[in-house]
Amino acid sequence: MGVRTGVSGVEIVGAAMTRFGRFDDRTAIDLGAEAVIGALRAAGEPAIDAAFCGTAYTGVAAGHRVLGRLGRTGVPIVDVEAGCASGAAALALGAAAIRSGQHRTVLVLGTEKMPKGMIRSSFFEPWQEAAGLSPAPAYFALRAQRLLRERGLTKDDLAAVVVKNRANGAHNPLAMFQKAVTADDVLASRVVCEPLHLWMLCSPNEGAAAVVLRAGDGGVQVRAAEVRSHLPGSVLNEATPLAGIHDEGITPPTTLAADAAYAAAGIGPDDVDVVECQDTDAARELLTYEELRLCEPGAQAKVLADGDVALGGRQPVNPSGGLLSKGEPLGASALGQVVELVDQLRGECGARQVPGARVALAHTVGRGANASVVLLAR
Amino acid sequence: MSELFRVEGEDLVLLGGRSRSSGLHHFPRSDVCPYTGADDVETVELPRSGSLWLWTSVTSAPPGYDGPVPYGFGVVELDGIDLRVIGRLTEADPNALREGQPVRVVAERFGDVTTWAFAPA
Repeated sequence: MGVRTGVSGVEIVGAAMTRFGRFDDRTAIDLGAEAVIGALRAAGEPAIDAAFCGTAYTGVAAGHRVLGRLGRTGVPIVDVEAGCASGAAALALGAAAIRSGQHRTVLVLGTEKMPKGMIRSSFFEPWQEAAGLSPAPAYFALRAQRLLRERGLTKDDLAAVVVKNRANGAHNPLAMFQKAVTADDVLASRVVCEPLHLWMLCSPNEGAAAVVLRAGDGGVQVRAAEVRSHLPGSVLNEATPLAGIHDEGITPPTTLAADAAYAAAGIGPDDVDVVECQDTDAARELLTYEELRLCEPGAQAKVLADGDVALGGRQPVNPSGGLLSKGEPLGASALGQVVELVDQLRGECGARQVPGARVALAHTVGRGANASVVLLAR
Repeated sequence: MSELFRVEGEDLVLLGGRSRSSGLHHFPRSDVCPYTGADDVETVELPRSGSLWLWTSVTSAPPGYDGPVPYGFGVVELDGIDLRVIGRLTEADPNALREGQPVRVVAERFGDVTTWAFAPA
């Protein structure tokens, strides 16, 4: 529309998501439409100037197909793929378009139907698959083993993360799994790749989420939305190279995104009241604490034991239940976090509410490698 | 992609790259140094031995894989250079392995696939 607003803030005026789960009779377009209808309704049915759609598996023109259902085409519609950060990348583009004055109202959506079982993607070469060099959980397991060894953590700590997140998920009607579990249950589930048991891994699944952004300085503000890729060199980063060099001095993509977001927002890690982070597996959540600078490297066991990251703690992490409870529809998951955090900042989360939350952080990291950090505040 | 390795009976030699300007090794060989972008890469035979850094066991077949399960999977630090390489391990029981354990590079065959693997030395 080319409207110069003269307003620098980006406000979230509507947010909605579907339940995350398995929906055999519904397409990614069906799910996307449900989320968009919800977000537009919550925003008061505004005209939109542009739409950005995060998705990895939906194919060509996913955003067009969703908005085509709703008679909302004609505006620019751009699909965005950035692995697990796809939804956040779409949000970053939408927020930037508003900050620049290019657009006044932008729809951001994410939708996905993941293939069942172990994720297969075009990321690996066929020869690599045939040689058994593409098992995603094994790459997670290697990183987990390193974290346990270097940070003095145990399988019991991994189980404690699952227990925490699943307890939160029991209060989330939009989670795939809504049943609390015990550490014994977690450790009794089968070993997928040592040290990771089945229940320590999130389930790829299906779902959609959407938010409506508008130029404005009130309500819930998008204070920063940053996406970063990996620096070269680490054999364990989410780009899953076949080799790498000593990586102790290589800053991980999550930290690159976090530092950029903290700087852009003028917010520090201690200012954050509530966090939604990438718990692809339980160890990934614990590694993320230090990569986001929420704790010192090696302080994870104490943070867990003291209940800092549990509901009622100093800085709750994954009050939604995380991906361990919700499952992960790639293109939608980052926006699902944002929907949860908007509800948290508005005090609308019921039994899983973080009281008085004013600053919230959403984080993803995955294939690419891509990492995203979104800071919201009211 | 350039040749990944050369098979010598039961043994296998990984073929990597080394940038003259950065002095850093990489694998598989690329036309430019993946760490610096320098286009001064020479093909080098990578060391045939190393020490085990990280390991796990894959208990179910990933997509596109028809070989045996379970199988070992890990990262080895090659001797004498700064390079950590991903690969299969001939030992599938994670409890039978330890950090720093000496390993050698071997050829592993199943179906019509030949790939590199690391075996306890």
